[in-house]
Amino acid sequence: MTVRRRRARTRPPAALVPLAVIALTFLVLPFVALLQRAPWSSMGDLLGEPLVTDALRLSVVSALAATGLSLLGGVPLAWVLARTEFPGRAFVRAVVLLPMVLPPVVGGAALLFAFGRRGLVGAPAYDGTGLLLPYSLAGVIAANTFVALPFLVVTVEAGLRTADRRYEDAAATLGASRWTTFRRVTLPMVAPSVVAGAVLCWARALGEFGATVTFAGNLQGRTQTMPLAVFLALESDRDAAIALSLLLIAVSLAVLVPLRDRWLAA
Amino acid sequence: MTTSLRALLAAVTGAGMLTSVACGDGGRGAAGPDGADTGLAGTVTVFAAASLTDVLTEAADAFEAQHPDVTVEVSFAGSQSLREQILAGAPADVYASADGTDMDALAAAGELAGHPRVFARNSLQIVVPAGNPGAVDGLADLGEPGLLVGLCAPEVPCGRLGLRALAEAGVTPEPDTEEPDVRSLLTKVAAGELDAGLVYRTDVLAGGDDVEGVALDPAVAAEIGYPVATLARSDEPDIASAFVDALVSDTGRSIVESHGFAAP
Repeated sequence: MTVRRRRARTRPPAALVPLAVIALTFLVLPFVALLQRAPWSSMGDLLGEPLVTDALRLSVVSALAATGLSLLGGVPLAWVLARTEFPGRAFVRAVVLLPMVLPPVVGGAALLFAFGRRGLVGAPAYDGTGLLLPYSLAGVIAANTFVALPFLVVTVEAGLRTADRRYEDAAATLGASRWTTFRRVTLPMVAPSVVAGAVLCWARALGEFGATVTFAGNLQGRTQTMPLAVFLALESDRDAAIALSLLLIAVSLAVLVPLRDRWLAA
Repeated sequence: MTTSLRALLAAVTGAGMLTSVACGDGGRGAAGPDGADTGLAGTVTVFAAASLTDVLTEAADAFEAQHPDVTVEVSFAGSQSLREQILAGAPADVYASADGTDMDALAAAGELAGHPRVFARNSLQIVVPAGNPGAVDGLADLGEPGLLVGLCAPEVPCGRLGLRALAEAGVTPEPDTEEPDVRSLLTKVAAGELDAGLVYRTDVLAGGDDVEGVALDPAVAAEIGYPVATLARSDEPDIASAFVDALVSDTGRSIVESHGFAAP
């Protein structure tokens, strides 16, 4: 469907190289410093503790769930923003981006106002059924989804806007229904963007701190994810905090490195 | 509801922020309005625990009024992070901490010029939302699984102190959350999202009309002292000592008490 052309390797313009090196150094140096401070000898003991394994499990599960929910709602939202015209669309897009610019603790407070025990929707739900999002894994997932969903929507919308509409038109001309066109033509065409968006979304959810602690609280084994555990470890035991951070980095790299090529294919 | 929303927003946006307050006009040689001449001139930098923000800001203003040629700069953050900054060579003249262990660590590292002096005291209280919807009347309620209960995380001073008080009272707590700092715990109680929390008495006062305090049984009332000391690497040891003296003086004591702390 898309024509892939392998281009000959080119030498970059000379002026770009030093700037690229500076940018890369700036990004990499803090991680080198972290490695240099790492308590290598006690690393095994630190990472085997229940506090760490609980936090790692909660982080991975909640980030995956948030990514799943984001795909479910985010792809349709991106399609609506990219392919339909309606009054106030620019405003809706700005609202979708708000969680990216809002300080996460404010996002967490806003979630509390909406879904907390005294919240807009939360109060009737709690009074009627006893259902309570905060202080639970569902609350962590909700906070993660709130901050991570925009990353998926933005990426997929950009993919949809740059995709060649003629394939969709051709499918329609050949009698495909709108749903079939979406499923068999549009979705495969923007698949790289969907993958890229999902990865960004997952990475953002994995590192989420402010909204999670404000909305869902912090309790080992129930709501304490890796970033929360790292933050608290910094208060008492810097070695443990660094060990936890390195584990979080390792998990992220394990996902980001293999996906790099698919991502770049977008 | 509106007030509690505003309080909640104010609390979350302020949480964890390192506040630096520069007081005074910084001018040298100007004669003070009350004409006090103490011969002190220069700038002194005070590192103080975040919970002391109101007290130290007022104390700095009072000190500058008394010593027209002195500028006091106060930097507020968590005791532990200020301790790390001082150990890393940050230029500070005075350190006021919320936790004796941070002060002890600096003493052990030879960073203190004088002995730490306790200038304020604080104690734990149970904080509940206005109206006390959970009908909480003592520490035993914090072990009630049916109530939404918050504590400070055991890694931070108010959490350590809280666990000690609960142990002394023979209560096994059933927390729904262990908040990373005392203000975020207060925020959740003020919003009515928790039925009870264990915070400092000054936090209950800071919570205003959104919260109520329930005093602990005096037998287990956990108390902390706030120590202040001059630092060994100070460039202005005379001003630093004068500032510490002022803090433990009668004037300092009345400032401390006006903000809900107890005098030493």
